[in-house]
Amino acid sequence: MTLIDPAPVKMSRRAKTSTGASVPPRRGLRRHIRRYWQLWVMAAPAIAFVAVFSYIPMYGIQLAFREFDFTAGLTGGEWVGLKYFRQFFESPQFWTLMRNTVVISVTTLVVGFIAPIALALLVNQVIGRSRKKFLQTATYLPHFISIVVIVGMLQVFLSPTSGLITRFLEGLGLTGVNFLGDPSAFVPVYVISEVWQHCGWNSIIYLAALASVDTQLYEAAKIDGAGRVSIVRHIDFPALIPTMIVLLILNMGGVLNAGFEKIFLMQNPLNLSVSEVISTYVYKIGILSNQFSYATAIGLFNTAINFVFLVVTNQIAKRVSNTSLW
Amino acid sequence: MLTRLTRLRRRSPGDIAFTVFLGLTCALILFITLYPVYFVMIASISDPTLVATGRVSFWPRGLSSFGYEQIFADTRIWTGYRNTLLYTAAGTALNLLVTLPAAYALSRREFAPRKVLMLFFAFTMFFSGGLIPTYLLYRDLNLLDNWAVFVIPSAVNVYNLIIARAFFEHSLPEEIFEAATIDGANYFQFFLKIAIPLSAAIISVIGLYYLVQHWNDFFTGLVFVRTYDKQPLQIVLRDILISNQAFAGGAGGAGGTGGSYAQQYADQIKYGVIVVSTLPIIALYPFLQRYFEKGVMIGSVKG
Repeated sequence: MTLIDPAPVKMSRRAKTSTGASVPPRRGLRRHIRRYWQLWVMAAPAIAFVAVFSYIPMYGIQLAFREFDFTAGLTGGEWVGLKYFRQFFESPQFWTLMRNTVVISVTTLVVGFIAPIALALLVNQVIGRSRKKFLQTATYLPHFISIVVIVGMLQVFLSPTSGLITRFLEGLGLTGVNFLGDPSAFVPVYVISEVWQHCGWNSIIYLAALASVDTQLYEAAKIDGAGRVSIVRHIDFPALIPTMIVLLILNMGGVLNAGFEKIFLMQNPLNLSVSEVISTYVYKIGILSNQFSYATAIGLFNTAINFVFLVVTNQIAKRVSNTSLW
Repeated sequence: MLTRLTRLRRRSPGDIAFTVFLGLTCALILFITLYPVYFVMIASISDPTLVATGRVSFWPRGLSSFGYEQIFADTRIWTGYRNTLLYTAAGTALNLLVTLPAAYALSRREFAPRKVLMLFFAFTMFFSGGLIPTYLLYRDLNLLDNWAVFVIPSAVNVYNLIIARAFFEHSLPEEIFEAATIDGANYFQFFLKIAIPLSAAIISVIGLYYLVQHWNDFFTGLVFVRTYDKQPLQIVLRDILISNQAFAGGAGGAGGTGGSYAQQYADQIKYGVIVVSTLPIIALYPFLQRYFEKGVMIGSVKG
């Protein structure tokens, strides 16, 4: 038995006052290690993995400003400054890539943000615990299907000759659309399937927020003669606003993150004019054609824009509503 | 019955319209969500010609096992399946081994560095080095085309770490900890003998999240692995479902040997492949769904 820490809660309180007052920091450090070395040991593997696999690549971002040199490795090449950024901004693909990325990710962000809120408000109106539960459970099942299978299903269902959905829409009078080839169908197909897959899952958090609404509010509203629609509007919806803000900030951090895997799998020569986005371009330029520095610069541009959006949205939310991530 | 009638009578027309609207919308949502999944299942065992001409809608018709026979004869799928099982088992085990102790350490309020450490972890959720520096790092670490690339780099998912930390912080009563320390338990002993046995819920939750993440991982195989024998199921699925690669039996894809006749057989194989690859998750779903949901709930507690 080690005698590391007989009563850490009380001890730490005492430790804090003593180190804060007059004890020199080195003694505080030694005491800290003696008391908490086991916690450090427990956290160490996770710290190490994240340091290696997340922070070393961040350090390697400098490759965007260097000429890649096979012998010198990640950081040894000659410094070229903004050369590759300039090359990207001046390249003919720049505006196409930007437009495609923004269109796909902003549409997904807006529709994907509203749909789960609407679904949660709706499911919350269903009377009866088990019915509500069943509806909720059923709607988030597609969340666990892999992206490859989702895109495979889209291809079979939207096949121009025999697809289930193609035939159904033909029955409704929408004929002659090639959903897989027509560039104008790409974004709707992408966004709608995205909502189909994730709407139910993303609504769970809103349903949890609705479950914690004070029932006295409902009683009071009913006594005042409020109908169900106005209860949804004036009690349920406002109760979701804090959750909405947090999720909105998080989503803004991915404003240029059009999902690589799904877009890559949905790409074909016919729709490439609207489906080539920054992440798929980085993959093709970097991994497939080995232009490492150029691809790193494009990737950094993407990450930086996302990060700026995250920070700005967070600041705005903090000012306007006192809700923020940090 | 009587009470139900009086209740109905007391409702305003607006409320009745609302109830009808609600019922119809929910039914529609259920149908849109579940029918495609159901259709894939029945189409995989129905006569391909009937499926292709739209005569299968709610029940399987003209039973045919052609698709499944082809699938069971195809070695690619089983190699992919075996690889995915191995990567998922090894990966999830490492995930839990690394994530749970760290989450516990970060949940101790008296552990002052935890704030800085959380920042260290959380920052990686919003900023990353990007694809190329990652790729070059893996090259330097000899992880390219190595099966370990499916297991090691993804050892910690920060989101799961945060969920587990929130659970330890809010669901383990502080009194137990105080009692155990009075009995002379240190952090290791407390974690192993008390925290872990009381945390079956959170271990299941993040274990499942990790499991699904490994099972559905397509990106790692695509970018970092060249040798086909090492590829996981999702890459094999891509080749069959999306790239329309021919099957050994000859029922090939679109541009292959023979027009719409071959196409419908290829489609039946696709339905079958979807079922075979997704079945493990769908079959476990009814038993596991409460855990999946619990993760979101715990995660939403602001830490």
